[in-house]
Amino acid sequence: MKSIQNIEEEIVEEFSMFDSWIDKYDYLIDLGKSLDILKDEFKIKENIIAGCQSQVWLHAENKNDTIEYHADSDAIMTKGIIALLIRVLSNQRPNDIIDAKLDFIKTIGLEEQLSQTRANGLKSMIKQMKIYALAYKHN
Amino acid sequence: MIDPKKSFPILETIVNENKLIYFDNAATTQKHHSVIDEITKFYNKENSNIHRGVHYLSQLSTKKFEESRVAVKNFINAKHNHEIIFTRGTTDSINLLASCYSKILKSGDEIIISEMEHHSNIVPWQMCCENTGAKLKIVPITELGELDLNEFKNLVSSKTKLVSITHISNSLGTINPIKKIINLSHENGAKVLIDGAQAAAHVNVDVQDLNVDYYCFSAHKLYGPTGVGVLYGKEDLLNHLPPYQGGGEMIQEVTFEKTTYACLPHKFEAGTPNIGGVIAFKKAIDFLAETKVETMKKHEDHLLNYATESLNNINGIRIIGTSKKKSAIISFTVENIHHYDLGLILDKMGVAIRTGHHCTQPVMKKFNIAGTSRVSFAYYNTTEEIDYFILALKKAIKMLS
Ligand SMILES: Cc1ncc(COP(=O)(O)O)c(C=O)c1O
Repeated sequence: MKSIQNIEEEIVEEFSMFDSWIDKYDYLIDLGKSLDILKDEFKIKENIIAGCQSQVWLHAENKNDTIEYHADSDAIMTKGIIALLIRVLSNQRPNDIIDAKLDFIKTIGLEEQLSQTRANGLKSMIKQMKIYALAYKHN
Repeated sequence: MIDPKKSFPILETIVNENKLIYFDNAATTQKHHSVIDEITKFYNKENSNIHRGVHYLSQLSTKKFEESRVAVKNFINAKHNHEIIFTRGTTDSINLLASCYSKILKSGDEIIISEMEHHSNIVPWQMCCENTGAKLKIVPITELGELDLNEFKNLVSSKTKLVSITHISNSLGTINPIKKIINLSHENGAKVLIDGAQAAAHVNVDVQDLNVDYYCFSAHKLYGPTGVGVLYGKEDLLNHLPPYQGGGEMIQEVTFEKTTYACLPHKFEAGTPNIGGVIAFKKAIDFLAETKVETMKKHEDHLLNYATESLNNINGIRIIGTSKKKSAIISFTVENIHHYDLGLILDKMGVAIRTGHHCTQPVMKKFNIAGTSRVSFAYYNTTEEIDYFILALKKAIKMLS
């Protein structure tokens, strides 16, 4: 299993190849499109993370000692970032998820995507991912 | 014609290495340089509280504050200066009136609003109804995004005490036939408030000709400063309304047994207002009056038609709000593309548009959509900017498909 740190470094490396925002956004759109489909049974009200403009659904499962995340959004750019977050945090141990600083988002120049004003639910999604980790840890 | 862009310094802004194209004018317009200069001048040379001091600065700021009131009065052709109440904005104006009506309405009374109202013209009336037991009636809209006037005729009756309708819809662009609505309401003995937030800078408003009872708007959508708004009301009606907020400025005499209230407009202007903002607002009105709203409207109509045609030529675009009588506001959806994604990519290309529900969730529900992308034009926008926007939009659609 790769550590969160390793995966973040991989992503930073991938993004360092893009020298224009268009390439970066194109890549995010592709990631968004290839994100595993969230089954309809999980696209329920209880799993909605409210963002004002784009909605996010998040579902988490306990697998052995790790947590597996599944998520979706109605906006493709949001989905692209979700794909990155899942790649970093899914199948990791609760403690590591809770401690993750997720600095890569800033390094690859997407921190504006996490600002509250973007109203896309991503910031709340990270919080919710950590809350799940905290909950599983205490189970 | 001198380039109007030159008068709006912020339009020189570079966004992501592109020249800013500002198409979010329905949310707020940019500020004319004379407005900005006046604010600076006020705080540098004139700042003082108004109506209270005998000293030089207080005299000066009071005089200028009252000159703004006269400018607004002339701008909307009110009969008296004291029919102009300064507020914080449209929302504040509507809340002021709704709060006063909360004290005079009874159970069994009815208020009529429409399905296309901004949340600011919905929630205060819901609160008013909750407080009084009055009933809220909603005029539906048609597929074109127009008020269903036949339905309005069915709803309005002797029970109707107030009709509160928007002059121009901020999400659909529809210009409503308010004169007809005012006449029909008056025939039934109802008073009328018109929400002019989207109208005052874009169509001529003559409150006496309209015979409207109350009219409100925000300075910031008229090339003026934020935090300033207007509530116009007919003298007789305002005199008979109970006061709104209590405090300084709005009293005649205060004793612990009984306080008597000041006369209009002070009765509704408790506390220290946004003095610098109100004074600078006059510069925006001067700009509108000098340029002439009709002249601006002609240009904006041209932009509206040009952009509508260009958008209709793009596959998958659906314009929401297709009334024949529209202001320069275009809401649209693009098949299979989320408005949020579109807004993000256009922003990267320097184009500022608005995405979402535009504080009109009932309209989104009516059209069964989560939100729209909206472009809205002002006098300083150009067809060249629309050309660039259309190119950017096509590029964004290509990226997202
Ligand atoms: C039709 C309409 N009414 C009311 C408002 C509220 O105006 P303000 O936020 O300036 O109080 C707006 C602003 O978007 C509007 O478009």
